[in-house]
Amino acid sequence: MSTEPEVELQSSAASTGVPSVPVLPGEPSRRQRAVRRALSFTLFVLGIGIVWEGAKWLAGDKWRLTSIGYEHTPPFRIQQLSDLNLPHLWDIAASFGEPFQRNANYSLLNYLIDQALFTWGEALVGFGVGAAIGLALASIFVHSGLLERAFVPYVVASQTVPIVALAPLIVVSFGRGLTSIVIIATYLTFFPVTIAVMRGLRSPDPRAVELMRSYAGSRWDIYRKVRLPASIPYLFTALKIAAAASLVGTIIGEGPGGVQQGLGRAILTFNQQYITGPEKLWATIIVAAGVGLLFFMMVQLAEALVVRRRGGGPRTA
Amino acid sequence: MTSHSPAAAAVRLAGVEQVFTTSAGGMKALEDINLSVAPGEFVSLIGPSGCGKSTLLRIVGDLIQPTAGVVEVNGKSAHEARVKREYGMVFQAPVLFDWRTVEANVRLPLELMGMERRQREARVREMLELVELGSFIRHYPHQLSGGMQQRVAIARALALEPTLLLMDEPFGALDEMTRERLNSEVLRIWGQTRTTVIFVTHSIPEAVFLSTRVVVMSPRPGRITHIVDIDLDQPRNDQSRETERYFELVTDVREGLRGRRSGGSEGRLRAEGGIG
Repeated sequence: MSTEPEVELQSSAASTGVPSVPVLPGEPSRRQRAVRRALSFTLFVLGIGIVWEGAKWLAGDKWRLTSIGYEHTPPFRIQQLSDLNLPHLWDIAASFGEPFQRNANYSLLNYLIDQALFTWGEALVGFGVGAAIGLALASIFVHSGLLERAFVPYVVASQTVPIVALAPLIVVSFGRGLTSIVIIATYLTFFPVTIAVMRGLRSPDPRAVELMRSYAGSRWDIYRKVRLPASIPYLFTALKIAAAASLVGTIIGEGPGGVQQGLGRAILTFNQQYITGPEKLWATIIVAAGVGLLFFMMVQLAEALVVRRRGGGPRTA
Repeated sequence: MTSHSPAAAAVRLAGVEQVFTTSAGGMKALEDINLSVAPGEFVSLIGPSGCGKSTLLRIVGDLIQPTAGVVEVNGKSAHEARVKREYGMVFQAPVLFDWRTVEANVRLPLELMGMERRQREARVREMLELVELGSFIRHYPHQLSGGMQQRVAIARALALEPTLLLMDEPFGALDEMTRERLNSEVLRIWGQTRTTVIFVTHSIPEAVFLSTRVVVMSPRPGRITHIVDIDLDQPRNDQSRETERYFELVTDVREGLRGRRSGGSEGRLRAEGGIG
């Protein structure tokens, strides 16, 4: 080399061929960051627990912790903080270990995990189908102004109909069972994907398109080499929303859908039994939230892997 | 000097006119453009903002269809030349794809062409050696400086071995030192590849240093007011920038831009009309 290239990040990268991101001194390592994240999450959960029990201590029902011999009469009384409306966290925790029904040899935790897996399975199908439909619609709309003008208003309008109102209609049309539930989940999933991917497909620099045209690239070439790769970060943002939406759709759909399994079914059942065991409904809600969080994190993990494979550029991060 | 026989011309523009319709009515961006560029020439288009030089470049590249006039590239229509992949383009921004490595960016036009893999890899390597980035093939664009990114863009533009290289202010966003170094590199590459170059720029020294001819344009409507032949010795180097002739030519172009160039009738097309 006759001229010295202006190197900003000179590292082993040139010789090993592996792109490297410099770690500046004083900047936390990946492991330190993970520890910090876990710590802040724990603190967050702990904070909620303190507020929850603190409120009950001030204005809930009388505390009787027989195992440690603690009794406490709260100075105030607020109906919403009673043991029926807001059970003690330890009662909810304990309910996981108890049989999920009278005389059942199955613990509530076991039962809820089974229902969660069932619901997640349905949601995954809806998520997949919805994402595929969203991707296809976005691709069509971006290439046809006519179709975009004709149909995008209806796509938007479709989302203003409450799913609770629509779900029974879908069940009437497609019958009780998994098909209807998956359709309901799909219905909530395709929308964020359509809108975000349209944006992503339009995100490339106009000069990138000119460049492709100067190479006599076809519209298909421009789509698969430029537009589609450029839309990936947008797609992942939408998939994170869609992950949660598909679960919500599935849980709502399980009611009218009439399946005998799933978190939606469990919520309906424990809602009916609330007077005798409020902890069970709370436990189910916690599991449902946990599934949503897990699903979200899986999409995030997939995103991190894809982005890293793409070199983790500043715009894709 | 300015008229070459049409058959031999790398680019021939005759009576090219461009009118953009805006909400306020028609806006004449280019008027009566006549220019002939011989194979192997290095022609710069220079002029103030809004003189239509970038538009003219896009017309030559068949990215815009002119309202009127004839555009021929290597004796064919511009469209035919584009479909036959005879162009290389470089913009002011590198326009690299940030999800592709340096190597994969340069490979892109070859993928479109359907070149066989082994041949493709060899070509990519050769092009990156040409711009002296051979050791950065696995890097991603964001790991490179602006100047290096622009060299990748040049390598990509040259990958198809174009007969015509169109450059739209390629170094406009770079600092002066990087720009001068890349100017020398472009000249070296031009000398090695023998490609015809049309180069749009704002910079008078850059235009004079690089070109065999400088085409001076004026705005509203955009038209060619002067053509200055640059008769500096080839090959040029950093010393060329310090010769007396170089400064004379810079002055010629500058006065052409001001619309009051009188001397050096050679190569002059039309001297009427100042800058509005």
